[in-house]
This record gives sequence, structure tokens and C-alpha cells, in this order.
Amino acid sequence: MTSSTPSSRKLFSDELELRLDEVLFASPSHRSAKNIADGLERLGREQQERVLHWVAVAAQSYAEIGYLVATLAPRALDRLDASGFEAWVLAGLDAYDRQGGQAAMALLRDLDGFCAAREHVPAAARLADVESRLSRFLQGLSGRALALSHGAFAHTDTETVFLPAQLAALPTAADNRRLYKAMAALLWAQTRHGTFGSAALDIEAALARWADRERALRWFATLEAVRLEAVLGAELPGLAAEIAALRGPWPTGLEEAVRRLSRPDAAVSQTLTFLAECMAGEDEPPQLAHAGAIDIEAALRVRAARIAREAETVRRALSTLKGFGGRQGAGEEAPAVNIEGGRVEFSLDGEVAALPPEARAAAQSLLQDLGELPPECLVPAGPGAWQPTQREGDEGGGENALTSHREPHRRYDEWDYRRRAYRRGWCHLFEVDLAPGDADYVAKVSLRNTAAIRQIRRRFEMLRGEDRLLGRQPEGEEVDIDALVEAAGDRASGAEPSARLFCRRIRNERSLAAMFMVDMSGSTKGWVNDAERESLVMLCEALETLGDAYAIYGFSGWTRTRCDIYPVKRFDERYDATVRGRIAAIEAKDYTRMGVAIRHLTQLLEAQPARHKLLVTLSDGRPDDFGDEYRGHYGIEDTRRALQEAHERGVRSYCVTIDRHGADYLPRLYGPARYAVLDDVWKLPLKVADIYRRLAT
Amino acid sequence: MSEAARVSTPKLQQIEREPYYQPIGDEVALFESAHRRRLPVLLKGPTGCGKTRFVEYMAWRLKRPLVTVACHDDLTTADLVGRYLIVGNETVWVDGPLTAAVRAGAICYLDEIVEARKDTTVVIHPLADARRILAVDKRGELVAAPDPFMLVVSYNPGYQSVLKEIKPSTRQRFVALDFDYPEAAVEAGIVAAEGGVDAETARRLVKLAELTRNLKGAGLDEGASTRLLVHAAQLIADGVAPAIACTAAVARALTDDPDMTGTLDDLVHAVF
Ligand SMILES: Nc1ncnc2c1ncn2[C@@H]1O[C@H](COP(=O)(O)OP(=O)(O)OP(=O)(O)O)[C@@H](O)[C@H]1O
Ligand SMILES: [Mg+2]
Repeated sequence: MTSSTPSSRKLFSDELELRLDEVLFASPSHRSAKNIADGLERLGREQQERVLHWVAVAAQSYAEIGYLVATLAPRALDRLDASGFEAWVLAGLDAYDRQGGQAAMALLRDLDGFCAAREHVPAAARLADVESRLSRFLQGLSGRALALSHGAFAHTDTETVFLPAQLAALPTAADNRRLYKAMAALLWAQTRHGTFGSAALDIEAALARWADRERALRWFATLEAVRLEAVLGAELPGLAAEIAALRGPWPTGLEEAVRRLSRPDAAVSQTLTFLAECMAGEDEPPQLAHAGAIDIEAALRVRAARIAREAETVRRALSTLKGFGGRQGAGEEAPAVNIEGGRVEFSLDGEVAALPPEARAAAQSLLQDLGELPPECLVPAGPGAWQPTQREGDEGGGENALTSHREPHRRYDEWDYRRRAYRRGWCHLFEVDLAPGDADYVAKVSLRNTAAIRQIRRRFEMLRGEDRLLGRQPEGEEVDIDALVEAAGDRASGAEPSARLFCRRIRNERSLAAMFMVDMSGSTKGWVNDAERESLVMLCEALETLGDAYAIYGFSGWTRTRCDIYPVKRFDERYDATVRGRIAAIEAKDYTRMGVAIRHLTQLLEAQPARHKLLVTLSDGRPDDFGDEYRGHYGIEDTRRALQEAHERGVRSYCVTIDRHGADYLPRLYGPARYAVLDDVWKLPLKVADIYRRLAT
Repeated sequence: MSEAARVSTPKLQQIEREPYYQPIGDEVALFESAHRRRLPVLLKGPTGCGKTRFVEYMAWRLKRPLVTVACHDDLTTADLVGRYLIVGNETVWVDGPLTAAVRAGAICYLDEIVEARKDTTVVIHPLADARRILAVDKRGELVAAPDPFMLVVSYNPGYQSVLKEIKPSTRQRFVALDFDYPEAAVEAGIVAAEGGVDAETARRLVKLAELTRNLKGAGLDEGASTRLLVHAAQLIADGVAPAIACTAAVARALTDDPDMTGTLDDLVHAVF
């Protein structure tokens, strides 16, 4: 038995201690892992590996939690199955993320409480349990990205819906889960149906009339819940009915409100009128469990920023149209805007102008916020919005300090969308070797995922086995009718008939080279990085089965003068111990300057003889780099350019991301069908192989 | 049985009754122009948005027979052009669907052209440019296409496999018509007409489609197509409860992912 393939025998205490020391390295040195290791010795190997894995995961967030998990693991595993154990650790990490170390430790220690909660289906519903389903539900409803997050009370700032971490207002957990849905839907409806005003209606001014602002907001929230339920009912009757069933009959004191506001076409102005009557009295609004609060300040602030951003997007897109703005000087007609059936259309001199999709989306979103397009976005400013002085500012400052004195391996151009030109040799690219990491890492991951890997192998074997029928063979499993006919003809005419009369199935020749570009930016630290590495393990299994040529490179960097590329597996390297060691060594480093990485890897990919070339990016967010320059528009435009260049060279790209806001910018980068957003980082390992299968078959 | 009867000949479909087709834009006029000018047409668009129905309708309108070939990756040149068969002791040549369509001056519709192997696709090249000829190599014959002959191909650009992209040299021979799911009111009209449901049910089905299309790229490869809506409508018209019909015909048809299924159920119940 060699050291690189772990046997399935149990680990002894001293071996466990070594492994624990590795994963708990960051903890105070005076503590020994000896006792913990003794405790783990009685477990089976699979359980031991599971514990070591989760201890490592936990320790990355906070070493103390790692310790606690390791210490309590034997007891926990006595009472919980594998998924229960995982849920227990994750609940602890979740508490750590949300409330800090103390809360996490308390939760983990309360093993009794956790087990009890798992056994008797609890009445409370947890946001963590409904979050991903709910957030997709909102995405379906709204079409524009609406994030979901936990907050002290339910409200929305128009871009994020905040919900309490737990709901127990109703008697059963199922009802409480429905309550989450109702709350989220009503909060979305606030953003969709005018609660925060429009261009014609200044909500802030309307609310400023009352000295007791808090009471006014409470009434406002309650009345809006009445109105919005009815408005929702027009388009989404099922949802409205569910909300109605959940809240039961309206409490007394709201009869008049229901009579006046509960109609499908009621507008927020009607709510405000009625609000004045409520405020004239002394009453407090009745409590509604399903209605969120209204945080006007947050909503207006976020909305104003969005409106500015989107107006700018629309204006820019319009500026590039011929005959409008910069190209032909000022004094042009503003484009005509036609808003019909919820679609926005611009026309110039009677001709409909085609805007890029993100500008159309921005216009749509403006329409949702304002009910019209703000006039400033229709004012031509041309590409001149970019000020030359601004650029000088961007480049100076900290950069000299960061400039490295090493000679780069290559320099790459970068696209500056403001100049509409490349900056020549702007990015300095270094290929940096990864110091080998834990030699057993891959083996450990494989052991933990034995079943999944077996499944992946089977699926990819099936692909590889896709056969092709080869005609005119000297032998084979079927008769080749065409050949037979020809032979018959030949024989009839006295010529020598061919003996190649059979068809044979042969394995399909796959001519595909795949490059995986792995985000090693700082933001991937922790779980994302783990998930990326596990994905690579699964991928390698899949690709080895399939026999496709593939390479893996990590990328990260710090300003344009230090763009680093880390070869993990080159095309000509085998998936061996060295490569496995490098996969283990992938870690979160600095920033995400994507364009240069794409250009470099495209170059490598281009040298491959395969007919089809595929570049797959695993990432957790948008392009970004130190300093403000690459962040935002610039980075996106450069990345887009780099992907276009790749496309022109016959390289097809695809992106897998866990950035929920990815839907905002990914269509612009990759095209509408060439990316996938995963809402759960732990799905990455299984999904990546799956996605590759879809891409490459 | 006569010997000739044993040799199957490709089907020329003569469309007698007007198929129901709801025009979305100016595609009908464009197609007619292309036909007059003897240009081949490429229909692009997501699955189930009416491409096949459109071709049937145009074949009826132009009073041409229609030959449809569903492309797949085992489709050989011989499958399209023709081959020799043995009848009794003799060889008999049988035209493939493409050759038959050319000879008859029909409309030949190659559905899902990306699925065909690359070497198969090239036989249509001389047919799809100014030459308008089909080379029947086995017989050493060049068949010139008569004026009414028209080649129509379709493909779905949403396909994500890099192995299945249409080559520029193929693509640039065609006049391209873009199809997409129509505006809500128009789509509801189609669903009502095809599915046999009332206007309100049709409107809600289209609303559901819109919600699922919002999830494209965020868990779904494609949103619900018009076809799925028609299916759901037909079940409803047959007496199935709307929510059950939508779950079966729409939600389950879109994904196997258990998480996604939950979300789709929520959306179905939001609308019905
Ligand atoms: N414009 C339309 N007019 C009438 N019916 C339509 C229209 N669009 C879609 N349909 C309906 O949708 C169904 C599916 O359309 P069709 O089979 O033509 O799709 P397709 O675009 O060819 O899809 P695929 O790419 O999957 O083959 C049709 O049977 C018809 O009921
Ligand atoms: Mg079709």
C-alpha cells in the first residue's frame, strides 16, 4: 500500500493527532490534539475522514470552532447520522457567520437541543432552510435580481429582502415556511408596485407631514399590506389566496382599510389618502404577522443609487447610437420613447433603435422604479463623459509602490472602454508555481465522495462509449447494405466484388481541449475555495474517464503589474501526484483581474491541436482588482473584450459562478446561455462535472 | 405485392388545410420574399416557439409540398441524398428526402441542423448558394433545383455544447429569421386557440411561463416554451385541475433538480 492511496483501515491516535495538527495549525500551540485524537480513534475510517474534513472547514472560519467540533464529534456521531453531523457543523458555522464565536460555540455544545430539534419537527422555520428556494422564487417573480438576507426585522431596501433568521409566529413549521414566502412576496410587491413612490410621487415628502413618523410608518406598512395583497391577486391569484389563508380574517380596525384599499388597481396614493385619516385618530395599527416593516430611508437611498446607475447605462447606450450625441455633435433630437405593454422602445427619426440587452434591462428597471424614464438619461452626452484628468488620477497613487521588479513572462494588452482602445502591454503576467500542498488531500476528498465519484465515472464512461458506425469493414457486427449492393452489382457485371461488406461500431473520436480557469482571489477564502478544489477533484475524475485533453490554471493578482497565473495541470501533464498536490495547494490570494488571465489561457488553448476548444471559468464574483479602476465597468468591459478575442480565435467560454448577482453582468460577458449561477457553493463539486458533460457532448 | 411497393420513397407532405399560425412580426412577408428570390432560410429560436408550425403554415400558403427531416448525429449523406436498394436481384436507386424535395420543387425543412454531423451538412452547401444544385455522387448526377424549391433549416442557439455549433460557412448561406416567445397577449391567444382554454386561463399560463423564463440561467436552462403551455392548456381543457396540469406539463418538464422543482411548484401555486 502506497502512501498516496489511503487504505480504509482506521487511523490510530497518533496518526489522527498529526492530521489534526495540520488542520488546526492556526490554534494556540499550548493545546494538544492528543485527547481529541484519542476520542476519535474508536470511529470507523469513513467517519474519521468526515470529522477531519469538517474540522478543517470549521477551523478555517475560526480555530476554536474547529477544536470544539473535533472534541464533540464522537458524541455527535453517536447520535447523528452523516447528514445530521454535517447539519450540526453547518448550523454552528452559520451561527458564527451571523452572530459570532460565542453563539456558535453555544449552539454546538447544545447537542441535546440540536438533536431534539432534529427529531421533533420544530414549529419554527429557519431562513437558512428556505433561503435558496425562496430566493429563486423571488427571482422568478421579479426578473431583476433581488437578494435575500437575514435581518433583525422583515423589510426591503428594494435590492435586498431582509427576513428574520427564524419565524415561529404560526403553530407549525410548514405554516411558518409559508409565512416566509408570504412576507417575501409582499416585500417584493412593495418594490414592484410603487410603495416607494415614483417620479410623480415623492413618498418622503408625503410622509414628512406627520410628527410621529414611527406611527405613520407602522400604519403605512399595514395599509400597504392590505393594498398589495389585492394588487398581487390580479396577476398571481394563487399567491394572494395563500397569503389570505395564512393571515386569516383581517383583524378588527382594518374594515375600512380593506373596503377602500383591497382592490386590484389600488395605487399607493390611495394608501396615503387613507393614511391621513388613520393618523387623524389615536389608534395604533393592528399587528399583522405576515406584513414586513417599511424602511423608507434605506429604500430611497438604494433606489436613488440604482436609478442613477441605470440612467447612466441607458444614456451611455443611447450615446453610442449614430445620430444621437457625441458622434455628430450636440443639437440632436432626443430619441422618442415608447412605453407599451411594459416594453420599452427607443426610436430615432422614426426608426426603432436596438439597444444592448443590459441597457434594455436598465430601462425596464427604471420604468419599474419611476413609471417613466428620467429625462437626464435622454440627454446626449456622448462618450465625452469620460474626463482625461480622471484617468491620470487612476493610474498614479499607490501603484508605484506595488510595481514589482521582476520581469514578467509576458505582457498583455488591456481594453480601456473609455478610450475605446487597448492599453498596450498593460498587464504583466507571471506564471507562478504552486508549492505542493497536502499530498493526501485528493485521496481524502475521493474517499469522502466515493459514491459521487463512482456515479460521475459511470456517466462519463457512457459518453465515451458513444459509438459511430463505420462502413465497409472487412468484419463487423452488421452487414453494410450499401457495400453489399455494390458488390452484387460488381459481381453481376463480372467485376471483382469487394470483401469489405460489414459495419463496425467504433468509439467516437472526441477532439476537444478544455481549459479550466480557477478564481484564486481573496474573496474565495474559506468554503468557496474548498468547493473549488473539490470540484477539480471531481472534474479530473470525469475528464480522465473521458480522455479529453484538459488543463487547469488558477489566477489571481494585485494590480496590472502583478497578474499571476498558477499552473495546476498543464495540457501535457498527467493527473499524477504532482498535480494532485497542486490542487491541494490552491488557495485564496488577492484580486480578480480577469481579462489578462483569459488572454493568457486563450493563448495556451490555441496551441492545442483539438478541433474544439473550451474555456471554463470557476469564480465567485465579478472582475475586480486593487484600486477602483478595474472594479465595475472597466473590468467588465475588459473581460468582455478578452472573451470576444477568445471567441474570434475559436475558443468557446463558459462561466460557473456562485455570485447570485451574476445574472446582472454575466449575460453581457458570456452571452445568455453560456453561464450558470449556483446558489449553493456546496453544489459546485457535483455540478461542475455535470455542466461539463452538457457543454462537451 | 409489387416489387416497387417494397421500396419506400420519401414522403412529400401536401398540406391541404390551413394550419393555425399566429404571425409574430414580419416573418411571413420575409419568408415569401426569400421564396420568390430563391434564398434559403434559417430559423433560429428556442424550443417550442413555433418554428415547425411556421414552416407548415408557409408550405400551405405557398402551396408547396413539405419534406421534413429531423436531423440527428447518425444522419449520413446517403440518408439525405439517397441510396441503392436491392429489389429481387436488381439494384434500385431510391431518392433520399432532400433529392426528392429538390426534384419536386418542394420546401425541404431540416429541423435541428446542428444535430447533424458536419460532413453531412456540407451536401447542402451547393444547394444553399447561387448554384442551387444537388450532387448525387453515387449516380454521378447533378440535380438542379427548380425555382419553387426552398431549403429551410432550424436551430436553437441556446444549445450549450461547443461540439454543436453551426459553421459560419453553413450559416452564412441563409437568410436568418429570429424567433422568440411572443408578447404576452399574443402568446395567450395562441395558448387559448391551441389548448382550447378560456382567455383567463391562457393569460395565467403565459404569466407562469414568464416567471419561469426569469429563472433562465439561474437554475433553469430554458424557461417554459409555448409548446409546454399548450400541453398544460390541453390537460386543463380535458378537465385536469390547473395546478396539477401545470406541475405535470410545465414544472416537471423543465427540470429534475429537486430544489428547482420546489421553486417551480411555488410559482405554479402563485399563479393558480
Ligand atoms: N405563432 C404560433 N402560432 C401558432 N401556434 C404556435 C405558435 N407558436 C407556438 N405555437 C404552438 O407551440 C407548439 C410548438 O411549436 P413548434 O413545434 O413549431 O416549435 P419549434 O419551434 O419547432 O420547437 P423545436 O425547436 O423544439 O422543434 C405548436 O404545436 C403550437 O401549438
Ligand atoms: Mg420543431
